[in-house]
Amino acid sequence: MSNDHGHHKETFISKYVFSMDHKMISKQFLITGIIMGVMGVAMSILFRLQLAWPDTSFPILNWLFGDQWAPEGRLDSGFYMGLVTIHGTIMVFYVLTAGLSGTFSNLLIPLQVGARDMASPFMNMLSYWFFFLSSVVLMSSMFVSTGPASGGWTIYPPLSALAKAMPGSGLGMTLWLIAIILFIVSALLGGINYITTVLNMRTKGMSMNRMPLTIWAFLLTAILGLLSFPVLLGGGLLLMFDRLAGTSFYLSDIFLGGGIGALEQSGGSPILFQHLFWFLGHPEVYIIIMPALGITSEVIAVNSRKPIFGYTAMVISLIGIAVLSFLVWGHHMFITGMNPFLGTVFLIMTLIIAVPSAVKTFNYLATLWKGSIRFTNGMMFAIGLVSFFITGGLTGLFLGNAALDISLHDTYFVVAHFHLVMGSSAIFGMMAGIYHWFPRMFGRTMNKTLGYIHFWLTFISAYMVFFPMHFQGLAGVPRRYYTFDILPEFAPWLDVNVFITMAAILGGVAQIIFLWNFFSSIFAGEKSSQNPWGANTLEWTSPVEHIHGNWPGEIPTVYRWPYDYSLPDMDEDFVPQNVPDEGSSEEIHVTPVNPVSSDAKKEPEESNVMFFTMVKNWFGLGRA
Amino acid sequence: MIRAAQMEEYNNNGKMHPKKFSLVLLIVGMTMLFLGLTSAFLVREAEGNWLHFSLPPQFVGSTVAVVISSLSMYFAYYSAKKDNLKSVTIGMAVTLVAGLSFVYFQYLGFNDMADRGIYFSPANGSAGGLVSGSFVIMFIALHLLHLLGGIIFVTVVLVKSLMLKVHKKDTLSISMCNTYWHFVGVLWIYLYLFLNFAPQL
Ligand code: HEM
Ligand SMILES: [Cu+2]
Repeated sequence: MSNDHGHHKETFISKYVFSMDHKMISKQFLITGIIMGVMGVAMSILFRLQLAWPDTSFPILNWLFGDQWAPEGRLDSGFYMGLVTIHGTIMVFYVLTAGLSGTFSNLLIPLQVGARDMASPFMNMLSYWFFFLSSVVLMSSMFVSTGPASGGWTIYPPLSALAKAMPGSGLGMTLWLIAIILFIVSALLGGINYITTVLNMRTKGMSMNRMPLTIWAFLLTAILGLLSFPVLLGGGLLLMFDRLAGTSFYLSDIFLGGGIGALEQSGGSPILFQHLFWFLGHPEVYIIIMPALGITSEVIAVNSRKPIFGYTAMVISLIGIAVLSFLVWGHHMFITGMNPFLGTVFLIMTLIIAVPSAVKTFNYLATLWKGSIRFTNGMMFAIGLVSFFITGGLTGLFLGNAALDISLHDTYFVVAHFHLVMGSSAIFGMMAGIYHWFPRMFGRTMNKTLGYIHFWLTFISAYMVFFPMHFQGLAGVPRRYYTFDILPEFAPWLDVNVFITMAAILGGVAQIIFLWNFFSSIFAGEKSSQNPWGANTLEWTSPVEHIHGNWPGEIPTVYRWPYDYSLPDMDEDFVPQNVPDEGSSEEIHVTPVNPVSSDAKKEPEESNVMFFTMVKNWFGLGRA
Repeated sequence: MIRAAQMEEYNNNGKMHPKKFSLVLLIVGMTMLFLGLTSAFLVREAEGNWLHFSLPPQFVGSTVAVVISSLSMYFAYYSAKKDNLKSVTIGMAVTLVAGLSFVYFQYLGFNDMADRGIYFSPANGSAGGLVSGSFVIMFIALHLLHLLGGIIFVTVVLVKSLMLKVHKKDTLSISMCNTYWHFVGVLWIYLYLFLNFAPQL
């Protein structure tokens, strides 16, 4: 049966464009994500120019955006907000959701669980093309005459619900909504595929407790997406109706200036939208960070040459984070006048979520402890993730306290929090993944020296950009302001803004080094060996050449968990998952931190059947 | 052909077919959509300024139609497993007719609400403040959309059964159709009960 693979003729279109091969789709996600990322970074630098030098004229702004949006080289205030909005949208959804999860779930799920492809390669292809279309629609909103959506990435009504509220609320907002609806379709198509593949198509012997932590992370991420994106879809639909059909789900008693007067909409509730949005929004931030955490687990274990510390604890904390993330959305809404008792419930839940997060952090540190660490580029970025996750996570605890949040909400403190814990941390996880799996994707390695330069410049500049923002926030500097000139109290912070902007430019330049390294290595990087990092997972057993079906012969059978590093009495310091136990396996495999009992590992068994028997019994669904 | 080979490799170990499993996941997603929106209904209702009105009596007819169609769907599925090809066709045909009559009852229900001045949007002439009307109509329309998808599915399986392609050895499509159709049925009953009783909460 496997002899079929590669027999059918492939055209350029079927191989590179409408490909159904998960490896190609993963590259498509990655490269689209990188392009969107470049746009997002560029926008942020442009609006940072405005914050640092509000009175200076920058001919480049005028050259880029013309007289309408940057007259005399100064950003128009509405367009400033548009840039902030599109920057946030791009980064959160297009880079860190699709670019991260889309790339690595696609690449690694079939390869690491031992499947020939996704459960439905066709749906997988659709998922990418919906994403692509969505990116195009979003970017096209930059070119409409009324400008892009400009009410912030959280698109709160009424600004987003009333086309007449401000220029950006017009066509730009409609395009934003269409883009997000396409995006949700893409995320659901992808997510359903990921879950089915992980639960249904694992190779022999790959029981759930032998899955690499990457797979656990991708699985739970996809489940979060499946449960939360439809709610955003619902919220977006109501918003669409308010905009286009004259309903008033979110609108109540509005009076517009400019001769328009009182509107006929009444009876709606703008807070309703915030509930629907944050019910997705908070899980969404974990949809972003969990794949990055999974990648980090793998990269840190491989490059410490040690079993991951506390595998079971890692899995349980991922599950804990996933469950809790549905119970904390209210912490984004402490100041909407919610009942203080309800606020307290959200407060407690929010603080509890710090526990599994801390467990993961300590496990990373314990894995590094006394390891024979190899500082590969991927490893540097993985350690960077841990650093940012700690720094940013700690400020989450401040914000989670409802009383403190009253003064911190909507200040730069929040901006600092989420750029460290999400922006920097998840980007570093993504970078770790790119450097680590580049050989698997392209058969070559990226340049190590350039990788180090990229790492250090990015690491240092990210802290220089986001650390000072905490102090701005504590002093009450509000986020989403175009200029602070009018408020004399904030004048002292202007120097800090200049410092931040210069650091941001440094960080932007560092990404050019990355781009050069990435694209030139695809064609001219050093050829990599089959298993360059000496890793245990199955993806390194499949040939690098582009073949459909991943393995030329049979799919490898799995005999052990993926973290058998530096076992005593072994010639090599790693034992890939497909190496059978021989003879005195008992002794070899009992390592102090190994949570999988040695009995469980002796022979390939199909423990995954259990899960399905369970599901079937619950829902009375017989086998089709 | 890779697909076929791949399925073969995975099929014989007692797990649910991946396609059907994906459908179940899709249903989970759809369920979240409706749970989210019905929660929104409750939150908004609790804020007051809300018109309570009774659902159109025609919806009783829709509910009966949906129950009948679910029974006939199950009958068809059961017959397919027993290789009783004629009953499969009959069951699917009854399901289709019952499904279409459901759509008709919904149409009557919409008319009934319109007669009472309950519209989707105030621009259509109802007085302001009838968010409850917008909500109810939105739920029903959204459900109808999901049900129309089911009707297409049922039609496809019906045609397949006329071509004698639905039998003991190939129950995948009818079993997926069965699962989805029960889902839209249960969804309707949930919405019907919810919209009847939520206003009294
Ligand atoms: C220790 C765990 C965490 C806690 C306790 C926490 C707490 C909070 C709180 C209370 C807020 C609301 C602040 C406000 O608007 O006034 C917030 C905002 C935010 N958090 Fe976290 N957080 C945590 C981890 C994370 C993680 C891991 C991510 C992303 C990967 C994240 C991303 C965000 C984002 C994006 C926002 C701001 C959204 C916006 O208003 O634009 N947080 N966080
Ligand atoms: Cu949150």
